[in-house]
Amino acid sequence: MQSRLKTIRWQGIATPLVAVFLALLVGAGFILFVGENPLTAYRILFMESLGSVRNIATTLQRATPLMFTGLAVAFAYRAGLFNIGAEGQLYMGAFAAAWVGFTFTALPRLIHLPLAILAGMIGGALWGAIPGFLKAKLGIHEVINTIMLNFIALYLTDWLATGPFHGGSWVPETARVSASAALARLYPPTRLSSGIYLALLAALIAYLILWKTKQGYELRAVGLNPQAAEYGGINVAKNTIIAMAISGALAGLAGTEQILGLHQRFIVRFSADLGFMGVAVALLGKNHPVGVLLAAILFGALQTGSAAMDRLTSVPRELITIIQALIIFFVAADYLIRRILRMKEEA
Amino acid sequence: MGDILALLFNTAVFGAALRMATPLIFAALGGIFSERSGVVNIALEGMMLMGAFTAMFVSHQTGMPWLGVLGAILAGLLVGLLHAVFCIHYRANQVVVGTAINIFAGGLTVFLLRYYFGAAGTSPSVATIPDITIPLISQIPWIGRIIGRQNPLVYLALIAVVVAHIVIYRTSWGLRLRAVGEHPRAADTVGVNVFRMRYLAVALSGALAGLGGTYLSIAHLSRFSEGMTAGRGFIALAAVIFGKWTPYGALGACLFFGYADALQMRLQDIGIPTQFMNMLPYVLTMVALAGFIGKSVGPKASGQPYIKG
Amino acid sequence: MDTVLEMRSITKQFPRVLANDQVDFDLRHGEIHALVGENGSGKSTLMNILYGLYQSDGGEIIVRGQKVDINEPRVAIDLKIGMVFQHFMLVEPLTVAENIVLGSELRKGPFLDTKRAIQEVEELSQKYGLRIDPKAKIADLSVGLQQRVEILKALYRGAEILILDEPTAVLTPQEVEDLFKVLRALRAQGTSIVFITHKIKEVLSLSDRVSVLRRGKKIGTKATSETNEQDLAEMMVGRVVLFNVEKKPAEPGEDVLYLDRLSVKDQFGQVKVKEVELGVRSGEVLGIAGVEGNGQSELVEAIAGLRKTAGGRVFLNGQDITDWSPLKIKEAGFGYVPEDRHRRGLVLDYSVADNLILGFHGKKPHVRGGVWRDDKAIEENAEKLIEEYDIRPPVASQPARSLSGGNQQKIVVGREFTQDPSLLICAQPTRGVDVGAIEFIHKQVIAQRDRGAAVLLVSAELDEILSLSDRIAVMYNGQIVSVMSREEVTEHKLGFLMLGGRLEDYRAGEVNGHAE
Repeated sequence: MQSRLKTIRWQGIATPLVAVFLALLVGAGFILFVGENPLTAYRILFMESLGSVRNIATTLQRATPLMFTGLAVAFAYRAGLFNIGAEGQLYMGAFAAAWVGFTFTALPRLIHLPLAILAGMIGGALWGAIPGFLKAKLGIHEVINTIMLNFIALYLTDWLATGPFHGGSWVPETARVSASAALARLYPPTRLSSGIYLALLAALIAYLILWKTKQGYELRAVGLNPQAAEYGGINVAKNTIIAMAISGALAGLAGTEQILGLHQRFIVRFSADLGFMGVAVALLGKNHPVGVLLAAILFGALQTGSAAMDRLTSVPRELITIIQALIIFFVAADYLIRRILRMKEEA
Repeated sequence: MGDILALLFNTAVFGAALRMATPLIFAALGGIFSERSGVVNIALEGMMLMGAFTAMFVSHQTGMPWLGVLGAILAGLLVGLLHAVFCIHYRANQVVVGTAINIFAGGLTVFLLRYYFGAAGTSPSVATIPDITIPLISQIPWIGRIIGRQNPLVYLALIAVVVAHIVIYRTSWGLRLRAVGEHPRAADTVGVNVFRMRYLAVALSGALAGLGGTYLSIAHLSRFSEGMTAGRGFIALAAVIFGKWTPYGALGACLFFGYADALQMRLQDIGIPTQFMNMLPYVLTMVALAGFIGKSVGPKASGQPYIKG
Repeated sequence: MDTVLEMRSITKQFPRVLANDQVDFDLRHGEIHALVGENGSGKSTLMNILYGLYQSDGGEIIVRGQKVDINEPRVAIDLKIGMVFQHFMLVEPLTVAENIVLGSELRKGPFLDTKRAIQEVEELSQKYGLRIDPKAKIADLSVGLQQRVEILKALYRGAEILILDEPTAVLTPQEVEDLFKVLRALRAQGTSIVFITHKIKEVLSLSDRVSVLRRGKKIGTKATSETNEQDLAEMMVGRVVLFNVEKKPAEPGEDVLYLDRLSVKDQFGQVKVKEVELGVRSGEVLGIAGVEGNGQSELVEAIAGLRKTAGGRVFLNGQDITDWSPLKIKEAGFGYVPEDRHRRGLVLDYSVADNLILGFHGKKPHVRGGVWRDDKAIEENAEKLIEEYDIRPPVASQPARSLSGGNQQKIVVGREFTQDPSLLICAQPTRGVDVGAIEFIHKQVIAQRDRGAAVLLVSAELDEILSLSDRIAVMYNGQIVSVMSREEVTEHKLGFLMLGGRLEDYRAGEVNGHAE
């Protein structure tokens, strides 16, 4: 019994590793297709992402937003919800943070920065709570609504940043956030910001909420067995809304970090699928905060290395996007393997 | 006031609406077949993108755009099969697989684009499918200006809607399709092969979405550019829901969304931001789902893998 | 009469149960053969094997003298076997005609010949006297009419062997009469019918022969004319082995639970509990006996706040708790062992320790400051209950999923009992539990009674009801048919009442029995 538990736990770690390995293997096929040596390409990928302190800093910078969106998806998943609306929540959070950042410029940093971060969280939380509410009260599945809200947020912030809050230049972006609301750069000239601390803190808090509080007990119970949760006096509807709001707040923080740290203004369509990548990160990280952090770093490293690989070989950097998608496929297919294992156990 | 009316009923706008709607119509029909069989397909976007790229590529290589159409259908079909294998066979989460396909298609098309055509985010210009004029119809005063001269794919989309309606509601295959998506076990107990029906439906779904992508790259434009579907796969998905999973309903939704799209530039001139028109399909779909304009309820078994026995 | 179907020595093993254990069954041309037994006795499994939905692990099937291998429904259909399922296999948005032809469509080229389909359905419905509108949508039809469609579906496929799985469970008495007329007419036209039921009256009024299954085994087959209610009840329920539970006489006090004309509907809107009046006193065990599906589950869930009531009131210690939230009811002094521990009672992926606080996870000492879990207190709570309730293996951190059924049930029992509730409901408390654990749980139930709790016991196991209860109520068709003291009850009488017999008839039957 004990050894079988250990096997299961070992598989929990082994399967994502196998998925990554398989994805890299198929990726090697693509590298061969363009006539390059996979080993050379992968070595460049590795060295340029993790080979020096500076590269590591860039990797972490790329990983930071993915940590947030990965946490967002994972948190909702733990409560039995599939939040593929992180992209939209990210935009709403980003804009809210930017708005506070460029509006209340007279505030001292000690108030301004936390206020901007809080605004980002609230923006994402409210946007996440909408599909949560619609699910809890009307029973509409969250997937379609979160997809729709992604696009609504995209166009809404597009309008805000090019209309009422346009920064004045010919570029579709708002004014700069004041320095008092900007996250510090940790390792110039890389653009790694102190947002990374926020991400680590968010992971810790997500962990604490889920596993160390009464609230987390209820959220996870709803996710694992809503009928038993109801029996246990847990309000399933309320917890559904709470889970989506917290998930949205985490996604909002991703946007906040990008705005206050990286761009220091709101740029229309700045995200480039950070929200969707969160699904991959959460899946690969087994929906656990620690796993999410590691998976985000892996994805950050792939993205960082890909630029150099693109530059130094004839392998287009989009290979990395393909590999990321392949990882999702393999992790998703792993559910089959685990289901078979579980069925045997029951028998 | 008169200006606005003239604007709203402008034949050029209607013509443009029809063109904007065409890729949506194909993809939405694809979505209907898949969802009707019980498989959620949020991968329409990726399937369209693959179709758009393949059409451009084949047209570029052969100089024959109609071969491009064929290639796009085939590419869409393959992506559909990929979706089917993971969703039906491996019982993977259909939304996760859909997300993966969208990311995969986004990466693969740009990967190939850059490998074959160098650094730019846009392919070279390729041979396109030319517009055709329908002799008699083009003579009809007002209507002729809208549908008298269009791309063959536009006409094909309209024909496809009628065919899809007939297939779904008038053939035995369609009856089985509807049964499989609603109550797979009931279909199973009368000897209908649930798995085969779903495989066929999802493959067909991919082929149609691929065809929708074709229109973007070798009819509407003459090139492929990075991420050129720009969310149209999701608008098509919205049209499926808004049109209550029926071909004619989806056609109506696509035409309306296409109309909103065509109008946006003109409406901007009178102070309505384009982004609001862009948002419209998504907002309306949410409203429809919430039951404010006649509840949209999808096939009952949609999203659930079928387990025999 | 010729035998049209023979099933020999059919065996079917499911992961945790042997559903069919070398069952023989045969069906003659033009007879109605009733297949009876309690829930879980293996009736439906046997027929699902015949229809190709399950594959048997052993045995053979002979249809009209030919040995056949029915590995999917298509084969059964080709052998002219039709089945009417308990949960209808109808596609709701489709029409009657579409449902009937599905899978065997009439076509003109690739197109459906809807006109001919409607015409054929009309002809069929006239031929068998099953009136129906072929163009109506299934969703708009009553349950009785939907069943008619199911029968027509089978007949349309030329079924000569017709299986009906508990067809009367969902019907009104009038609809049952109509169904019986139809079945008799079909028999007259040469159709051979297998009729699955657990209602003895139906068996006697309808069938030619009857076979009884019990716990996966065939007990016997008899001509209906050569049997009677008592005989069948005994075959179904079997000899009752009384568990030996030591207990003092009850010292009941006041009503703790009082149901005032309580009515409850199921999720399909059917009234499952009809104006039930019942009191349970402190210091007594009131057992509700009854075949499953007669409203017990709905009754209990309504008391627990997990299902909205449709009429009447629920009182707990004199306080009206009707439609309160489950949490508030729990806090008012309510403990509940639900009938399905996997679905309701446990979060299987939670550890034993976490499951031992489900429902009390927000109370001291498990939570500090209303927010933070106190892992140490939760652990201590687990250690204490693991010891007290002998939960094995004694590892608090193990997921509940990995424990045996008996030990999983001890988690639920321990958690609920240790709160010393004033009202305790135990629904099927020993289902799927090993003998050792059964004895243990029974002792704990009596201990709760002796402490002064009012215990409401719902069980399909007669022996459990008989050995634990101080008073016994029989529930049939949503109503409490009678409440008796333990002394008034015999297993025999109980079995008779549970199967829909009336108390008056039973007394008459007893007299007759003695006269013979």
